[in-house]
Amino acid sequence: MNPSLLPLGELTRAFERGEARPSAVLEECLSRIARLDGKVHAFLRLTEGEARAAARAADERRARKAPLSPLDGVPVGLKDLFCQEGIETTAGSRILEGYRPPYDATVVRKLREAGAVLIGKTNMDEFAMGSSTENSAYGPTRNPWDLERTPGGSSGGSAAAVSARMVPGALGTDTGGSIRQPASLVGVVGMKPTYGRVSRYGVVAFASSLDQVGPFAQDVRGAALLLRAIAGHDPSDQTSSKRPVPDYDAGLEKPVRGLTIGVPKEYFGEGIDPAVEKSVRAGVAALEREGVSAKAISLPNSPHAIAAYYLVATAEASSNLARYDGVRYGHRAPKQGSLLELYEKTRASGFGAEVKRRILLGTYALSAGYYDAYYLHAQKVRALIRRDFDQAFASGVDAVVSPTSPWAAFRLGEKADDPLAMYLNDIYTVPVNLAGLPGISIPSGFTQGGLPIGLQLVGRPFEEGTLLRLARAAERALALPQRLPPILERA
Amino acid sequence: MAIDRNTVRHVARLARLALTEPEEERTAAQLGHVLEYIERLKAVDVSGVEPLSFAGEASEAEAVMRDDVVQPSLRREEVLAQAPEQDGSSFVVPRIIE
Repeated sequence: MNPSLLPLGELTRAFERGEARPSAVLEECLSRIARLDGKVHAFLRLTEGEARAAARAADERRARKAPLSPLDGVPVGLKDLFCQEGIETTAGSRILEGYRPPYDATVVRKLREAGAVLIGKTNMDEFAMGSSTENSAYGPTRNPWDLERTPGGSSGGSAAAVSARMVPGALGTDTGGSIRQPASLVGVVGMKPTYGRVSRYGVVAFASSLDQVGPFAQDVRGAALLLRAIAGHDPSDQTSSKRPVPDYDAGLEKPVRGLTIGVPKEYFGEGIDPAVEKSVRAGVAALEREGVSAKAISLPNSPHAIAAYYLVATAEASSNLARYDGVRYGHRAPKQGSLLELYEKTRASGFGAEVKRRILLGTYALSAGYYDAYYLHAQKVRALIRRDFDQAFASGVDAVVSPTSPWAAFRLGEKADDPLAMYLNDIYTVPVNLAGLPGISIPSGFTQGGLPIGLQLVGRPFEEGTLLRLARAAERALALPQRLPPILERA
Repeated sequence: MAIDRNTVRHVARLARLALTEPEEERTAAQLGHVLEYIERLKAVDVSGVEPLSFAGEASEAEAVMRDDVVQPSLRREEVLAQAPEQDGSSFVVPRIIE
């Protein structure tokens, strides 16, 4: 098999055995991008020069059997909200057009130190606000399984790039499902770690009490290797945890016999596509064959999560996005009379419709007279959502299993004019962010129409190891046939 | 829950966003629609529940305190180079004091 088509976890073994060379894999990836990305639009820009130099250095280390890490020589895509020194970083917004950060995000530095080959910046919903990548100011990304459909979002570019084998791994961010939902819609693995597991320094902020960085790969092992590389304490992000980072890969194949998964009845309710439910239940059965016991549980406050999320997240966003004022970086509206006018016109012309909507909702929820009724109340509901999960874990559940998304990929434009319908994409992922827990989406099957379906596992805080082990067991037990997106088969 | 144009205008001013008239109208309708959905939260009994503002493990005190040690920072010219308008030492904005 062409090594550039291998899942990340296998590619790194091919490098170790000398069966593949980083530069050759990079060239394959670049030529696949050149061939397919005109249709998919996963990348906003490529950093070929830097990538080729990094791959040559990795060739040399691999030849000496002295790799920096298992990721040495592996091409990785970066969602366009990770600051990369000297490389334009837009967060999918016009307001940051032309911005070249003078520094690297901590996760970018860590990837470089691990020897990863940074290949380019991927498309996203503007400021990570969206579930379809249609809110990018630079045009939508398309789903490699069906070009008329969305790859999900907001990290749709990273997800689509991995799905179309343009790159073996990528990073995204997940505030309400922005890694897991697109992973599900394009048939790859995507993980949101525990809040605090990965530094956000140098990551364009959306909602700071929810945002978390995480990996995409075709396989669970690939996600584990990427997570290991980026996790850990960072003095520049005071919310990052000082807990040591385990070797997630080492524990991956350990048996899961004796572990318990909880199946929450609220996550198989109204509105779910029957094909999705069937596939996820088959995933549960596969885990049972591996010796896991499954039990019915209830997370009664989860149905309130979307409403609570849209208050908490928009309130935080309205504050975080106040910094885009046309003074220090990015876009500025043509000369205006007063400073106030400069702010108002810069922001009016720099932000897209959904971002404006969320800033306005968040500002409203925080404004005098509404704070207690909206924001404070939402935070109390948030506490109840967390309590539900805590009680499930206290009752002996090691992970909660559910669909990642209620449905498979939808058509471009299908929900674009109805903000509320778009928000409901994240009904099963949002509670996990509100509770600060780790979650992972893995492929569980396909609809009759050939669209990928994803299964979500949610674990205890900082138990990414257990979660990855369960995800790996499900991957092994499901043994889905290797299927390439049609766009690749045609090529 | 309906939101009127005046409220939209007030909030837009707080958010430093200039909206056109059609945008004001659309925003009033869309925010009203979303707030109607959010109203369902009011039915949740939260009596005696402490708000959860942050799901991290560190206490807020731990999260904000660190040793006060001078660290290198970004170079001024590199930072200024990103600005739409600057004069080599400062960001330039329209005059605010006559």
